[in-house]
Amino acid sequence: MIREVFITETNCITPIGFDVATNVKNIDGGISGIQLHQNSLLMKDPFYASIIDEEKLNTAFAKVTPAQNYTRLEKMMILALQPIVEKSKLILDAKTAFLLSTTKGNITALENPTEENIAKAHLHQLAKTIADFFGFATEPIVVSNACVSGVLAISVAKRLIQSGMYDNAFVVAGDEVSEFVLSGFNSFQAMSDLPCKPYSKNRNGVTLGEAAVAVLVSSNKENAKIKIIGDGSINDANHISGPSRTGEGLFRSIESALAEAEINPNQIDYISAHGTATPFNDEMEAIAFNRLGLEDVPVNSLKGYYGHTLGASGLLETVIGIQSVLESKLFASFGFDELGVSQSINIIKKSETKNSHYFLKTASGFGGCNTVVLFEKVS
Amino acid sequence: MTAKKTYIQSFCSIQNNEIILNGETVFNTEPTVFSDFSKKAYQNFEMNYPKFFKMDSLSKLAFLGAEILLRKEIDATKENNIALLFANKSSSLDTDVKFQNSISDKENYYPSPAVFVYTLPNICLGEISIRHQLKSENSFFIFEAFNPVFMVNYANVLLNTKKAEKVLCGWVEYYNEEYKAFLYLVGTEGNTEHQKETVEKLYNK
Repeated sequence: MIREVFITETNCITPIGFDVATNVKNIDGGISGIQLHQNSLLMKDPFYASIIDEEKLNTAFAKVTPAQNYTRLEKMMILALQPIVEKSKLILDAKTAFLLSTTKGNITALENPTEENIAKAHLHQLAKTIADFFGFATEPIVVSNACVSGVLAISVAKRLIQSGMYDNAFVVAGDEVSEFVLSGFNSFQAMSDLPCKPYSKNRNGVTLGEAAVAVLVSSNKENAKIKIIGDGSINDANHISGPSRTGEGLFRSIESALAEAEINPNQIDYISAHGTATPFNDEMEAIAFNRLGLEDVPVNSLKGYYGHTLGASGLLETVIGIQSVLESKLFASFGFDELGVSQSINIIKKSETKNSHYFLKTASGFGGCNTVVLFEKVS
Repeated sequence: MTAKKTYIQSFCSIQNNEIILNGETVFNTEPTVFSDFSKKAYQNFEMNYPKFFKMDSLSKLAFLGAEILLRKEIDATKENNIALLFANKSSSLDTDVKFQNSISDKENYYPSPAVFVYTLPNICLGEISIRHQLKSENSFFIFEAFNPVFMVNYANVLLNTKKAEKVLCGWVEYYNEEYKAFLYLVGTEGNTEHQKETVEKLYNK
């Protein structure tokens, strides 16, 4: 008998709220965190991004601890994890894992590359700092797999719990908007000059964002918000900086998750997709979904509210997706106007009431990676 | 899940200008920089894959290790469900520093997409997947040091849940000319039992 695995606690720190309820209220009200920023330390020209207010962050952090000397990202991550660690009342023993998902971690430390700062830019060092704050007894597991990291961290937690190695896993995911990432996406000419418009005809690239998100993955059904029933993380084997034209890796990842869960594609009620609003990504997803007969399933991208929060995005979008299932709501795919992918998909145009039993979360990223996790409503 | 026995089928390490396959030295050079060593290794094994020269050092290191282990393993006429399970200590920090240097000086600002793409550690998995046409599970982890307990456990999960038929495990660490790669192939058949102690011993050899 394979162990059942659930998500039992969630929390998120984003520009539109420092808890899940506030985030959902703002999404429901059509409020996006994306704004025009003028900050020459980040980028020469004005740019759109979804950025957490510094003062709000520091005020919230001061309520949790008087401790100083944490980086901005560390503060975000501690704030995301703190309430769920506290609420869980778990003893942080050898059966409790700690996973951290990020793409760039404390990359801003490299702006002043002293020996100490280079040590700080190491991802295991970031994980150790967060782990020490809470007192985790196990060695942190850092997942760094480009833009699928956040979803992959859920999948890894679920697999490790199924194997019996752990009973519980705290997962935190976070990334921040930095000059490093802005200039990189800009060099790819992948940045949108307006707030991103996933799946739309006039989309022309990503808007970057930042967030920290935390969940508790557990074998204990008590307080379960949702059950994890399948996953897959399959590479396109096609190109390192662009998705497969046929959506091969995403297609196979979804097939793998469905086979594990022993359900059919037509049973999926809702897809929270990746939808970065680059021409190639959105097109690839539409093709993969059509290959599986998922073209009529309601789908959204939450990038219109949050921008692309990189290693946090998959976990953030899962947390909001779980709320969709729990509250029987589907949220509008913000920024969408007219379908701009070659194959038909069922974009959620305005928020509506709908019961969902099976929910699919997908993500794709550089390196040809794709990850999907399939969830089932807990009865 | 039913935990079947798993086995280490082959292993390879690359460090100190030397490549060792299943315990035997298959290539070495006089002490030199990594770019020179990796180029000579590439030529020695007649890899014939020009994309190699576009890769950053971390990807070259991982690519070489995978090439040595998989060249006899892969049957190009069929699908090979070999998962990639990789980890290291310094992520892509070597290339991160290079990219940061290209944007730090505003008078000399030249961010390059060809460098930026390698500021993610999992790009090396993409390179290996493309080369060997592995449409398979892949994941990249960061630990302070090689973590045999995690690697053994996660590889077994992939095999026991039938997400993969074999798993190519790899520790690929590269930062500032210091490098070490240790890769090994795990499957459900073989003679060397896939255990933490064995993996640790082979890593430290």
